[in-house]
Amino acid sequence: MSAAVLEVEGLVVDYGGVRALDGVDLTVAPGEVVGLIGPNGAGKTTLLDGVCGLVRGHGGRVVVAGEDVTGLAPHRAAARGVARSFQRTSLVADLDVMANLLLGRHRHLGAGFLDGLLGRRRLRDEEDRHRARCVAVAEHVGVGGYLAVPARVLPFGVRKRVELARALAAEPRLLLLDEPTAGLAPEEADAVVAIVRDVAGGGGPAVVVVDHDLRVVAGMTDRVVALDHGRVVATGPAAAVAAHPALASTYLGPTLPGGGPRGAREPAPGEGPP
Amino acid sequence: MTELARLVVEGVALGGAYGLVALGFVVIAKATGVVNFAQGTFLALGAYLTYNGAVTWGLWFPLAAALAVAASAGAGAGLERLVVRRLAARPPHAAIMATIGVAVAGDQVITMVWGFDHHPIGDPWGASSLRLGGVSVATVDVAVLAVTVVVVAAGAVFFARSRLGLAMRARAADGELAVACGIPVHAVDALAWALGAGLAALAGVLLAAGTATARPDLGLAALRAFPAVILAGFASVPGALVGGLVVGLVEVLTAGYAPVHAPWLGVNVHQVAPYAVMLVVLWLRPAGLFTASPARRW
Repeated sequence: MSAAVLEVEGLVVDYGGVRALDGVDLTVAPGEVVGLIGPNGAGKTTLLDGVCGLVRGHGGRVVVAGEDVTGLAPHRAAARGVARSFQRTSLVADLDVMANLLLGRHRHLGAGFLDGLLGRRRLRDEEDRHRARCVAVAEHVGVGGYLAVPARVLPFGVRKRVELARALAAEPRLLLLDEPTAGLAPEEADAVVAIVRDVAGGGGPAVVVVDHDLRVVAGMTDRVVALDHGRVVATGPAAAVAAHPALASTYLGPTLPGGGPRGAREPAPGEGPP
Repeated sequence: MTELARLVVEGVALGGAYGLVALGFVVIAKATGVVNFAQGTFLALGAYLTYNGAVTWGLWFPLAAALAVAASAGAGAGLERLVVRRLAARPPHAAIMATIGVAVAGDQVITMVWGFDHHPIGDPWGASSLRLGGVSVATVDVAVLAVTVVVVAAGAVFFARSRLGLAMRARAADGELAVACGIPVHAVDALAWALGAGLAALAGVLLAAGTATARPDLGLAALRAFPAVILAGFASVPGALVGGLVVGLVEVLTAGYAPVHAPWLGVNVHQVAPYAVMLVVLWLRPAGLFTASPARRW
């Protein structure tokens, strides 16, 4: 048995005749942070959906921590330690941040969560323990001051972080992040990069992250996998992969005389066309 | 004055029962996006099964009522599992039309089984009355109010504090999010239908208690509670209760005063009055009393 947290073999997904994923292979080691890049429609989000079970594949296998989860309902994949964030920041608007984080911990909550109210000591202690975990995650992500605030009134940057915190609150084996920095200011994005690095480095989950910002991807990941038309076209360090001919027009733009690369906000040194 | 006090107690009790019916509609609609027009069938089922348990089999009344509510809840979950879930990929009106079909068929089955007779359901309250502060009120009205308060309080705690309540609220807000958090959404949907049908059945027991009896037109109470659902904007749990109280009070006060002060309105105006209130509210606040109006773009 291999030690990989995630093994995807030949995953195929069709959307009504359109082949969104065409035989994708992906292996992620424990503690590794892998970036997924590629043009719009390349299949990045579909790959996350296929791994967590939101989309059922038409071929191939998905193995999480040695256990075959292919075709499993998403809540069963979640129970095996797969957590994800959504690009559209999906928080329950009526609930405060604490309740949204507890929702992320659903798989850990005992059926007797209610009984804490009725004064049964053991269960109240258990509830306190879950709340304490959520407080710790919120503080780590920098939203500790918002725990009692309803999600509907949070500013956008905070919503993005709470979305990340909710996925982390699950204490997953495998964390799937769909554009965790989209729409954030550069310094907010840097904070998210530092959090993800910190989490993965400290014996936390393996991470697969989709992001359009090459600077973010380069800062956050150990390795980048480029998708185009549902196939893996390149894999390796971010800068090298982004220079792949199939992606150059997406991430770098046509190189103009005297002009720098386009697409990345602030290219890191060494990034960009050779 | 005592006449007014008596009518208010009666109206609040009726409104509490309507509130439970409205709550049943809202729980189902919030979780699965379907307006269940078969709620009236579950309502009647609760009353008739209680009659069977308490009168035919001679069970202790609370036990008979609890069994009837549980059986109706099971029927609600079955309807979700066998009909609604299969239509989930279609636009919501497909499932809504299916519930209308179930209501029509269900009402026929009920009259086939129990006929057209009025059956007292064997509750301990009958026609007795209590004196509260100089006002004579029907015991059954006090009992209905007490049951409503207990059920609503239990429901509020359930939704605010329990793991399952949290799961249901997450499912109502965003099914994809819920399932990605590990919530078994299909099971939660079945539970929502069971809860909704159970609430309707409980309301049916309360509405048939006292001198009212289980009778073929009992299920129409679900339609009379419908303005409460509209007032609640289909989404608000407290709104469903307040809406129920408004409908109950309007109905009872109109029935009490209209024949004396405005006989030209006819004898059944109390059945129309809640709908008139609903139309006025919709005219003034199209999204309902308890939900924010979405911004209009054009």
